Amino acid sequence: MIHRLVWLAVRRLAASLPCVAIIFVVLFFMLQLAPGDAVDALLAQMGTSDDSLAATLRDQYGLGSSQSVRLLAYIVRLVHFDLGMSVQYGQPVLDVILSRLPTTLVLMTSALLIAFSMGSVVGIVAARRVNRWPDTLISTLGLVFYATPSFWIGLMGILLFSVKLSLLPSGGFNDVSANYTGLRAVIDVAAHLVLPVTTLALIYFAIYLRIMRASMLEVMTLDFIRTARAKGARETRVLVRHALRNALLPLVTVLGLQVGAMLGGAVVIEGIFSLPGIGRLALDAVVGRDLNMLLGIVVMSSMLVVIVNFVVDLLYARLDPRILADG
Amino acid sequence: MSRLLLPRRTTLLAGGASFLGASLPRLGHAQEAPRRGGVLVAQTFSDLRILNPAIRTSFAIHVYTSKMVEPLVDLAPDGSPAPRLAVSWESTPDGKTITFGLRRGVQWHDGKPFTSADVAFCAMEMWKKYQNFGTQLHRNLTAVDTPDDHTAVFRYAVPMPLGLLLRAAAELCQVVPKHVYEGTDILKNPANTAPIGTGPFKFVSYVPGQHVIMERNPNYWMEGLPYLDRVVIRAIPDAPAAVAAFESGDVLLSVYSSFPRTDYVRLAKDPRFRISTKGNEGNPLFNTIGFNTRRAELADVRVRRAFIHAIDLNLYARSFDHGFSKRAQGPWPTDSAFFMPGVPDYPYDPKKAEALFDEAGLKRGDAGPGIRFKGRIMPNTSEGIRALATFIQQSMQKVGVRLEMQVMDSPGYMKKVNTEWDFEVCTDTGTYRGDPAIGSTIWYRSGIPPGTPWANQFGWKSEEYDRLSDEAAIELDPAKRKALYNRLAIIANTEIPVLMALEQNMVSAVNVKVRNDHNMPRWPASSWHDTWLAT
Repeated sequence: MIHRLVWLAVRRLAASLPCVAIIFVVLFFMLQLAPGDAVDALLAQMGTSDDSLAATLRDQYGLGSSQSVRLLAYIVRLVHFDLGMSVQYGQPVLDVILSRLPTTLVLMTSALLIAFSMGSVVGIVAARRVNRWPDTLISTLGLVFYATPSFWIGLMGILLFSVKLSLLPSGGFNDVSANYTGLRAVIDVAAHLVLPVTTLALIYFAIYLRIMRASMLEVMTLDFIRTARAKGARETRVLVRHALRNALLPLVTVLGLQVGAMLGGAVVIEGIFSLPGIGRLALDAVVGRDLNMLLGIVVMSSMLVVIVNFVVDLLYARLDPRILADG
Repeated sequence: MSRLLLPRRTTLLAGGASFLGASLPRLGHAQEAPRRGGVLVAQTFSDLRILNPAIRTSFAIHVYTSKMVEPLVDLAPDGSPAPRLAVSWESTPDGKTITFGLRRGVQWHDGKPFTSADVAFCAMEMWKKYQNFGTQLHRNLTAVDTPDDHTAVFRYAVPMPLGLLLRAAAELCQVVPKHVYEGTDILKNPANTAPIGTGPFKFVSYVPGQHVIMERNPNYWMEGLPYLDRVVIRAIPDAPAAVAAFESGDVLLSVYSSFPRTDYVRLAKDPRFRISTKGNEGNPLFNTIGFNTRRAELADVRVRRAFIHAIDLNLYARSFDHGFSKRAQGPWPTDSAFFMPGVPDYPYDPKKAEALFDEAGLKRGDAGPGIRFKGRIMPNTSEGIRALATFIQQSMQKVGVRLEMQVMDSPGYMKKVNTEWDFEVCTDTGTYRGDPAIGSTIWYRSGIPPGTPWANQFGWKSEEYDRLSDEAAIELDPAKRKALYNRLAIIANTEIPVLMALEQNMVSAVNVKVRNDHNMPRWPASSWHDTWLAT
C-alpha cells in the first residue's frame, strides 16, 4: 500500500513537471510582451520626472540584459530553489510569498470546507425531496448564489454587516488599532474572516450542492441500492453507508479541479476585504511588472494544485478501493 | 510646561458638563482640551514598500514616513517656512551658501543625538545621489560643511534661491541617521522599511500591502507631544473597500482623494464625517491634456488651440467632477505664490474650434466621412483621468475629430507615452510642488534624456522657454523670479504643447472624532504631532 502510494506520488509529480515548465516559459514571455518594466512601474508610483533615476534603478535590478539571458538565469536559480529578489519589495520573493500564504490558505481551506460540507448536506436533502418544495427552494437559492458575482455579494455583506449593523469588521486580517494576544487575537482574526470566507464559500457551495444533488439522484437508482434496501437496511443506513460514498466521487473530482480556480476567486475577495494574501500579491506583481514575484507565485500555486490533486487521488483510493487496485 | 490631560479626567469633566446640562448647554469647540491617547487609523491607497523619504519621495510616502522622519523645514499654516530640525536659515548675497542652524537636544529614536553630520550625510549621499527630485534640486550642491554639531552649511556651485530650497525642504530635505546608513548599501539598508527618525512617532511594524504601525515617541523634542498613542496607516487600494472601512469607523481618516467623487458627495451630508480639501492646499494637482507635436497635424499650434476650444472644461468640472476641480488658468495654480492672471486661455467655443481646424487645413472628410483627423487618446491609470479622456473623446467627435481611447496600466502608459512617444493625445495628472522649479518647468523644457517620465514627452521645443526656465531657477530676487515664471506661463499657454486643464486640491475624508487635523497646507504629509482624538 505504502509502496503504491509513493509510486503514485512520484508519477503525479513527474506528470506535472512539464506542465509547470510550460506555464513558466509562456508566462515569462507573455510578461515581456506587456509594455513597460518594473522600473517604469516604480517611476509611475513615484510620479517623478527624474532623468538619472531610471538608469540607476535598471542597473540595480539587472533589467538591462537580454530576455534569453534573464530567462536562463531565472531557470538556473530555480533549480537551486532560489526564487530571486522582488523589485517591488526589495526582499527575497520566497519571504514575501511565505508571509502572504497563510492568509490565502486559511481563506481557501475554510471556504472549501464550508462549501463542501454544506453543499453535500443540502444537496442530499434536495435529492431526498426531489421535485418537492425543499428541492425547488434549495435549487433556486443555489442558482442565485452561483449567478451572483462574488464582489457584489462581498460588498453587500460589508454594507449590511459592518457599515449598517456594525457587527463585523469591514476588512483586513486583524484589528490593527488593538493589540490583541492569545485567544482574543484568534477570535479577532476569525471575526475578520467571517465575511470573506462566506462570500467565497457561497459560489462553491452552489456548485457542490448541484453536483451532490445530481450524483445522489443517480446513485439512488442503481442496483446495489435496491439490494441494500431488499436486505432490509434502514433508509439512513442506505443513504450514508451505501449511496453517499459513491456519490462523493464526482464531488471530490470537482474539489481537486477547483483549487486552481479558487486562487483566482481569492484575488477578487482579497481585494474587496483588503486581505494580505497571494491573490492580491499576484495582481500587484502584474501591475508592478515584478517578474520574479509573479513567477514565484506561479511556482507556489502550481505546487499547491499538484499537492491538492495528489490528496484528491488518495481520497479516491480511500472512497473507492478499485481505483488504486487498477493503478 | 506641565500637562494633566489624563483620559479619565477628561471624561469626568465631560460628565460634569452634561450634569450641569440646562445652565451650560454646550462647551464649545474652542474650550475643548486636547485629549491624550487613542489610536488614529488612517487610510491611503498605495503601499509604498520603501519607507525612507531621503531616497524616495512621493506625496504618498510622506503619509507614512512624516510621523517618524522629520524635514529640516516644514510649512506653517499660512504656507511660510516653519522650523523643524532647522531653527534658522540664511543665505549669502551671492546665493551660493545657505546656512542652517539646527535644533539642539534632538534624539534619534535609538537614543543617539541628532547632529549636523546627519544632515550633511543625507544631503550628499542620499538626496543628491538617489532621491527623485532631490537629484535635480541638489545637482549643483558641492559640499555641506559642519563647523559644529548644530550648523550645516550648504555650498552650491550656482545660486540657489532661498525660497525655493525652503519650500522644497518640506518634502525633499528629510533627515535620517548617518550612523544607521554610513558604510552600508544605502538602497538595501533594512532601515528603508523600518525607519528610524526624530519624529513624534516611532516605528513599530510594517506589513507589506497592509499597514504601518507607529507609537508615541516619549522623547520627542516638543515637550508633552504627541497626543496620540499610536498611528496606523492602512493601505487599501480598492475604493469601495476603503469607503466601507471609513463608513464603519474602522478607519477614521482617508487622505488624497482615495474615494470616488460620488461617495464624497454622499458622505459630506453625514454629520459623522467632514469632507474637505482644507489642509491639502500645498499639493495641488492638475489634470492635463497633452499633444504629441511630433505628429505633423499637432505641430500646428492652431490645431492644439482648436482642441481646447472644443472641450467644455467648466461643464466637466461642474458635472463630472462634482465641483471638486475648476478650470485652470495657466501652469501655476491660482492659489500659488507664482500665479499671475492674464495667461492666454481658450474658452469653450466649438464654432471657433471648427474654424481653426479649417484654417489649419484639417477639413471634414479628410480622414473619412465628416472626419478631420483620427488619432489615439491615452489616459493614465487614474479613474478620474479616464473619465476626462472619455469626455474629450466625445467633445472632439462633435467637431469631427475621432479619437480612439487606449487604456493601459501604469507601466504600459509610462512606456508608450513617456518613452516611446507613441500617442497623439494624452491625459495625465500633474503635481505642483510649491515652486515651479520643482518638477513643473520640466513638463515643458526640452533637452531632457528620452525615457524621462513627465518631462516634455510632447516633443515641443522653445529656446526661449529653456533659457528663461534656467534663469528663473537661479534668480535670487523673488519679484524678478515671479516675473520670469509669469513669462514662462504665457509662453506655455500660447504654445500649449500641454494644457494644465483643470486644477484641484486633494480631498480628505475625516471622522469628526479627529481633532486638530488639516491645520497646515500639507497636513496628510505632516507629522500629526498636535492631532488628537475625541472620545
